Amino acid sequence: MDIMDEIRDLSRKYPDRRGALLPALYVVQKEAGWLSQEALDTVSRALNLPQATVKGVATFYAMYKHRPMGRHLIQLCTNVACMIMGAERLVDLISGRYGLEPGGTTDDGRFSLVIMECIGACDRAPAMLVDTDFHADLTADNIFEILEKYE
Amino acid sequence: MERFLLKNIDSPDSAGIGEYLRTGGYASLKKAFGMEPADIIAEVKAAGLRGRGGAGFPTGMKWDFASRDPKFPKYLICNADEGEPGTFKDRPILEKNPHLLIEGMVISAYALKSERGYIYLRGEYPHARAVLDKAIAEAYEAGFLGGDVAGSGFRFDLSVHQGAGAYICGEETALIDSIEGRRGQPRIKPPFPVNVGAWGKPTVVNNVETLANIPLIVSMGAGRYSEIGNPECPGPKLFSVSCCVERPGVYELPMGIPLREIIYEHAGGVRGGRELKAVIPGGISTPVLTPDVLDCPMDFVNLPKRGSMLGSGAVMVFDDTVCLVRVCWRAMRFFEHESCGKCTPCREGTGWMRNILERMEGGFGRDGDIELLQDIARSIMGKTFCPLGDGAAGVVLGFLRNFSDEFMYHITNKKCLAESG
Ligand SMILES: Cc1cc2nc3c(=O)[nH]c(=O)nc-3n(C[C@H](O)[C@H](O)[C@H](O)COP(=O)(O)O)c2cc1C
Repeated sequence: MDIMDEIRDLSRKYPDRRGALLPALYVVQKEAGWLSQEALDTVSRALNLPQATVKGVATFYAMYKHRPMGRHLIQLCTNVACMIMGAERLVDLISGRYGLEPGGTTDDGRFSLVIMECIGACDRAPAMLVDTDFHADLTADNIFEILEKYE
Repeated sequence: MERFLLKNIDSPDSAGIGEYLRTGGYASLKKAFGMEPADIIAEVKAAGLRGRGGAGFPTGMKWDFASRDPKFPKYLICNADEGEPGTFKDRPILEKNPHLLIEGMVISAYALKSERGYIYLRGEYPHARAVLDKAIAEAYEAGFLGGDVAGSGFRFDLSVHQGAGAYICGEETALIDSIEGRRGQPRIKPPFPVNVGAWGKPTVVNNVETLANIPLIVSMGAGRYSEIGNPECPGPKLFSVSCCVERPGVYELPMGIPLREIIYEHAGGVRGGRELKAVIPGGISTPVLTPDVLDCPMDFVNLPKRGSMLGSGAVMVFDDTVCLVRVCWRAMRFFEHESCGKCTPCREGTGWMRNILERMEGGFGRDGDIELLQDIARSIMGKTFCPLGDGAAGVVLGFLRNFSDEFMYHITNKKCLAESG
């Protein structure tokens, strides 16, 4: 199905086409991993919404990205439970190994690192999402074993 | 206690409709269709169910307001945003018992005469998304959703609406904004969503766990249901227990169970046999407590008497190695990041408080910083559209009320009491 149709299809779930805006942004973001101007325009055309409306909404939510991301997105939680269980040390280790600061992307485009607020895995802290894969009970020993699997 | 909400979740197929039906699933739905919608609302009222999303609002009363509103259509929204730090209690229902939630939603929709429902799921739960989509498809296939639910002639459509990383969208009016395709910014109440909600129509927003209680109330009847836990706010309750305990996890226990039992019997006590220093009883937005409240019943009635709240039932346990200034600073960084920016006291105040806590934690605290924090917190309290600001203020005031020595120590000695201890 073409992307315009996919978006219009989504809007059938809502009494008003604007309801499909968040899901539509996810659809276009899946293509390149971030929302280019072109991607935003596609949504704007498919839902017949002003460009400013689309951009205004897209910039409110943390999970929509506005510049190119690495091939793999590491979203590491450092909220209280993860912090107590050592998440900040993991941030330092990741920074050291890949030269990757929170909010940044490695030079080779392999990883982007984002610090997340609570990801609801406090019983197995620290925890992270790599793309859509969930990893928990992270330690200094297993963190690179996990990350090295992502090329 | 017998498990109701998490019944069967240890079975590897617990999320599938086959397993759910085999263990008596969707029987409550059939029973509900033999009742009048108004009788179901009366039953939920009589059961004394209070919302599990944080505020503890009586569910039957909320439904009554929505059903009395003459406007149609009406919307039913399940709040699965689960963003309160420390909380992971809805997750096992979403990932392992999704049909219980769907059954609860269909019964609720029938009682409310709603034909359209949404599950507002946080973006950070991609696995739950996959499970829910599959469960919804199974429910359509089996005729529990769609144009003629279980042959009753009642119509109900349901889909997942995925959030995109904004804690504020857990607040019900911001959540409605987000479903409508807007930035999530709380609206002033009244009007309440039960009258003017999604697309201006009467809308009921209930938490995942609240809705998961509905099939139970229908099958047991209000009488037997209200014998579970504290009669003043009965029912089973999911507690997420985390941080410094031997066995962190989600525990389904009777409402009103003493905090001590949760920590020491179910979660295995403080890790390594260390000393208990502090407990946050209901997620990061609820004020911290000292160990002398261990015998407090964990419910909506008793925790407020001890200066805190049940919130989402997320018990965060801190032992004597944890620096509470650091915990408070991290909590404030969260509130600053998640403030939607609509109300000035919250938008500015959370940043100021984070800044002061940061310098304190870094050894640059100044005389008067404690008073300054209290002053800012009091200037936020009660002066914002939604309770996010109140939560942030209450957290700081709670830490300063119960642990001012530790904050003073940080300012005077430029280091941690925990690390020097
Ligand atoms: C900042 C903020 C965040 C909230 N987050 C959630 C949440 O993640 N899940 C939830 O069920 N309720 C959350 N709530 C409470 C909702 O506004 C609402 O009271 C609740 O969904 C009603 O459901 P209930 O009556 O079943 O508890 C939040 C409230 C505030 C102020």
